[in-house]
Formats: sequence, C-alpha cells, structure tokens
Amino acid sequence: MTIAVASPTSSTTARFSPRWLSDRLGGFVLHVVVIGLTVAWMVPTIGLLITSFRLPADISNSGWWTALSPPFKFTLDNYSQMFAASNLGQSLFNSFMISIPATVIPVTLAAFAAYAFAWMKFPGRDWIFLALVGLLAVPLQLTFIPVTTEFVKLGLTPQHLTAIGLPPFIPLWLAHAGYGLPFSIYLLSNFFRALPSDLFESAEIDGAGTLTVFFRIVLPLSVPAIASLVIFQFLWVWNDLLVALIYVGGVATVAPVTVTLVNLVGSYGQNYQLLTAAAFFSMIVPLVVFLSLQRYFVRGILAGSVKG
Amino acid sequence: MASVTYDHVVKRYTADLTVVKDFNVEIKDKEFMVLVGPSGCGKSTALRMLAGLEAISEGEIRIGDRVVNNVAAKDRDIAMVFQSYALYPHMSVYDNMAFPLQMQHMKKDDIDKRVKNASRILGLDNFLKRKPRALSGGQRQRVALGRAIVRSPKVFLLDEPLSNLDAKLRGQTRIELQKLHRDLETTFIYVTHDQVEAMTMGDRIAIMNAGILQQVGTPGEIYDHPANLFVAGFIGSPTMNFVPATVDNGTAKASGLEVTLPKPVGATKGTLGFRPEAVTDRVVDGGPSMQMKVDVVERLGSDQFLYGQVGSDQVTARVDPRMKVDPGDTVRLGLDTRSMHFFDAESEKALI
Repeated sequence: MTIAVASPTSSTTARFSPRWLSDRLGGFVLHVVVIGLTVAWMVPTIGLLITSFRLPADISNSGWWTALSPPFKFTLDNYSQMFAASNLGQSLFNSFMISIPATVIPVTLAAFAAYAFAWMKFPGRDWIFLALVGLLAVPLQLTFIPVTTEFVKLGLTPQHLTAIGLPPFIPLWLAHAGYGLPFSIYLLSNFFRALPSDLFESAEIDGAGTLTVFFRIVLPLSVPAIASLVIFQFLWVWNDLLVALIYVGGVATVAPVTVTLVNLVGSYGQNYQLLTAAAFFSMIVPLVVFLSLQRYFVRGILAGSVKG
Repeated sequence: MASVTYDHVVKRYTADLTVVKDFNVEIKDKEFMVLVGPSGCGKSTALRMLAGLEAISEGEIRIGDRVVNNVAAKDRDIAMVFQSYALYPHMSVYDNMAFPLQMQHMKKDDIDKRVKNASRILGLDNFLKRKPRALSGGQRQRVALGRAIVRSPKVFLLDEPLSNLDAKLRGQTRIELQKLHRDLETTFIYVTHDQVEAMTMGDRIAIMNAGILQQVGTPGEIYDHPANLFVAGFIGSPTMNFVPATVDNGTAKASGLEVTLPKPVGATKGTLGFRPEAVTDRVVDGGPSMQMKVDVVERLGSDQFLYGQVGSDQVTARVDPRMKVDPGDTVRLGLDTRSMHFFDAESEKALI
C-alpha cells in the first residue's frame, strides 16, 4: 500500500493488481467484522434503552423492536416513577462513598507494591509474587463466610461503625481493596517491569532515592496503566451487587445504587419497567468516568527516552 | 577533577562466572581514558563498578584518594552518559538537566544558571522546553551530556555514547566530545567496542578481552607495539596480517615468505604479524618479498587494498592507488621489516 500511494505513476500501475485487491479486500472484511461485532454487542443495550421509554403494558405484550415502527408511543413515566419510588439520591451518594475509596485505596497500595515487586530486591520476592498471582484464582464466594465472621468479630458492621462515629462503608472499602489488589499488583508490576532499567540507574546516579524515583519517574510514566486500572476497579465496584449485599446487607443508609435497584423490582418480577430505567440511569456514572479518563491513554508515553 | 584507580578489581557473578579478572589501571587526573574490547569483555562492567551500579567482588576502586567500594552511586561525584541516553521522557530538556541538581537540593537560581550554561555549551538553548521525543538522536545525546555536565562531576563516565548515532553524526560528535573534554578539564572514562573511537579519542587506551586487561597505552604505543596477538588483531583496520611461521637461525619462514628477524626471539614457532601498510609495491634488493595471488582489489581513491594468497596464507596489502592490479593477477610485493611483529605460539605474547 505504501508503494501505491508513493507516487501517481506507481498508484496507477499497482491498481487492481492482486496485492492491491487483497489489501482492499482485507480492509473491507476487517471493517465488516468489527462493525458487525459492535452492533451485535450493542443490540441488548439498545433494547434496554428503548424498553425504558415504553409503557409497562407494551413491554409485556410485544418486543422492543416493534416500538421502532409507527405509531410511536414513548413515555418518560418509568423514569419519573423510579425517582419517586426509591431513595435514589441517598443510594447514589452511597455508591460514590463506596466506589471512590474502594478504587483509590487498592490502586495506591498496588502501585507501591508493584514497584517493590518490579524493581526492589528482597528475599522471597518471586515466591511472594507467585502466591499473589495464585490469589487471582480464588473464587470470591469462598471468602464471604470467613471474612464476614471476622468483620463481625472486629465490629466492622455498618450498625456498629455508625454507633461509634466511623463511616459505615469501611467493610466495603476493605473488602473491595482486598479483592482488587492481586489483579492490580499483577497488572502494574508487569507494566513497571517493562520500564527501561537505564532510567532507574540514571536516576540512581543523579541522586534520586527510591521514593523520588517512584513519585517522579515511575508514576508519571505509568499514567496509562494506572488510568486503565482505575477504570477497571471503579467499574467493578460501581456495578457490584454481591459484595455490597453480603457485607452491608440491606441497610438503606449504606446500600449502593445496585442494591436499591434490585429492591425496586418486586419478588414476582413486577415493576420490570422501573428496572430498565434505573439500569440506564446507573450506567451514566461509569460512562463519564471512562470518557474523562480516556485522554490519559497516551500512546507512546515512553517515546524519546531510550531509543536513538 | 580526580584520578581513578582500579586496584586488583574482580567482578564475580557466580563461582564459575567471573567477568572482570584482576583489573589494574590508574587513570590520571584530566585524562581521556578509553576502555575498549569486543562485546562481553567486561569493559562495561568495569565502568559500572566505578559508577556504583554494580558491587565490587574483590579489590578496590579509588576516586582520588577515596576508596569508593561502599560509597553510594550518588555520592561518588561522578556522572554517567548511557548508551541509550536514559532521558526522562516525561520531563522537558530543562527538567532533565535540572533533575540531578534538584536532587542535591540546590537553589533554584543556581540550578537555572548551571542548566543555562550547559545548554549554551551544547547548543541546546532553543530546545529547553521540548520533550525528548521531539528531539533528534544527536540532540538527545547532547541532553544526556548536558545532564552530566551540570553536576560538574569529578569523573565523566560514558558508556558507548555514540553507538546509537548515524555514521556522519558519530564522526562529528567524536570531535565535539574531545573539545568538551579539553574545555571541562575533567577525567573522562569512555567505553566503546569501536577501535576507531578508541584510537581517535583516547589519551590512553585500555584494551580488554574476556575480562582480562590486555594492554594500556597511548594509541601510538598500542598500534606500534601491541603486547599480544589479541591487541594486534583488535586495533587497526584492515586488521594486521598474521601468518604462522617457524624460526630457524634468526629467520622466520612462512608458507610464502621468508624474513630475517631484527632480533632473536628465543622461540621456534609462532605467528608473524605485519600491518597491511607494511606491505609495499616497492621491493628492496635483498629485502623480503612475496608473491601474492590477488583475489580482491578495493580502490578507495586514497588507498588501494589488495586481498590475496601468499603461499597458503591470507594477506592484505595497502599499496599505492596508482599501482595497476586486477583480481587474478600475481604480484610481487615487498615488506617493510621495521614494523614487524612476532608472537609466541603458546603465550601469544609479542616477542618483537
């Protein structure tokens, strides 16, 4: 292809040659596949979005795609009912109170730990790292009973914490930090390890200590990795229902959006239309987080460092 | 400004793997010393031990009178330029150069003065706000030098700083580095695998092979009086001719050549060595001569190299470019015996 665009003469000779054809065809097939996959992936979400604007009677009688042909009968009732029916303001606040520390704590700890695993020498380093990676395979559910028991013993329940004047979210912060750490450390230490060793040696000669190297060289160079990790961890905590339900139960003052939403739907599946609206509403926040962090995915952040 | 002494220095990774063996060199104050050798010979390790990036297994390294074995890299008062430059990619040129000074908690005004001064010397004035990725290879290289200069260290360490540059820029930077060395009046220790860099830049050269120091001397000494077969073959391009020879009654006999040795060597077998420029198209009466069957002729304008067979040995000759020779010809060539070497068959040491 580069030859074809290099000059007009070569482009005319190269046109319709087998090479040109296979390049074009390859590009075309690739685009069709990517667009097809994207559409297939989005269909359920679009269905959910459309359903959230339909009348409850229509939802139970016909598929969401029928709404796309006239007569159009859309309504905002589901959204207004959802706001009226639930304590959504409080749950949103709770979700933020849970998600932000439960993202900041593990990512911060993981960055320190990953730096140590990647660039500091200490006995048993590789074995500890191996054990940590092994933790990735432990199913979440396995931990619920022992951890809950310990939390109760230590008084880490929302009721008790509120009574002694501490934030009732602490059990969730700890739990999410614990569940997120193995993956976070694994991801970041792999990234840190790939930083050129010359940079560290140069900094050492320049007189930078371990912490200075960490804050002034490793962290700025790892912004893309940290940003992706923040997104991962935030999404996981924001969308989590199970962990919140287990550790803080149905305490309304602590329950995040996910727990409140589930409670909107009756046990026989009635009020289904409210769930569609609520689910869409809860997606706004992760979307904002993702889009606002997107600009940190700078390609080639290491360019100019060690290549001639 | 200080001298550097390697005193019986050894670097051992495991019991079986010793990369620097009993290394002894004294580098004088303000000297430009080049450590040269093939890759893996231990020259970089020797430099990194001095820099404090590698522990010293045995022996002592002194900067001036101070033993630095247990001194942290940052306290050794040295600066190092890496082959890869190792610039901090997220910092501007200015910040890259200011970084080592900030680490010393120097005052902002002083830092500014020093960085400005270094950037003036290196011609980086217009690039101070740029990031390394927006610079060319040569400019990055100068930033790396600038980061070393600002500290006014006692010793400059340069680890193959030119090998990432293209040929033209390398030649230019070679000259700039020598000028810099003159202006700064500081000890430079320069590691390279390129014998041309070593010959052109070094006040003295230390040649290493397989972790062992082979010879230390000025470029002239090393070229004219190589201590052994390795040094003779490593320095000089095209390389010195080596032909196996037997000695009988003061005369060395090779497969296609007979030479009367200028002095007795006390050995019966060895290798006769002579540089391509010692082979001439003028044959002196009574002097040594040889018949060469020419395989390849290289005309470079100023020189003409002939590659061919003398007896059963490969020989390279550097002859007058006006001499008319074609591949396949057989020519009679003379040999200047003044620059001839003889190496012992066993020890490979130079006997002449």
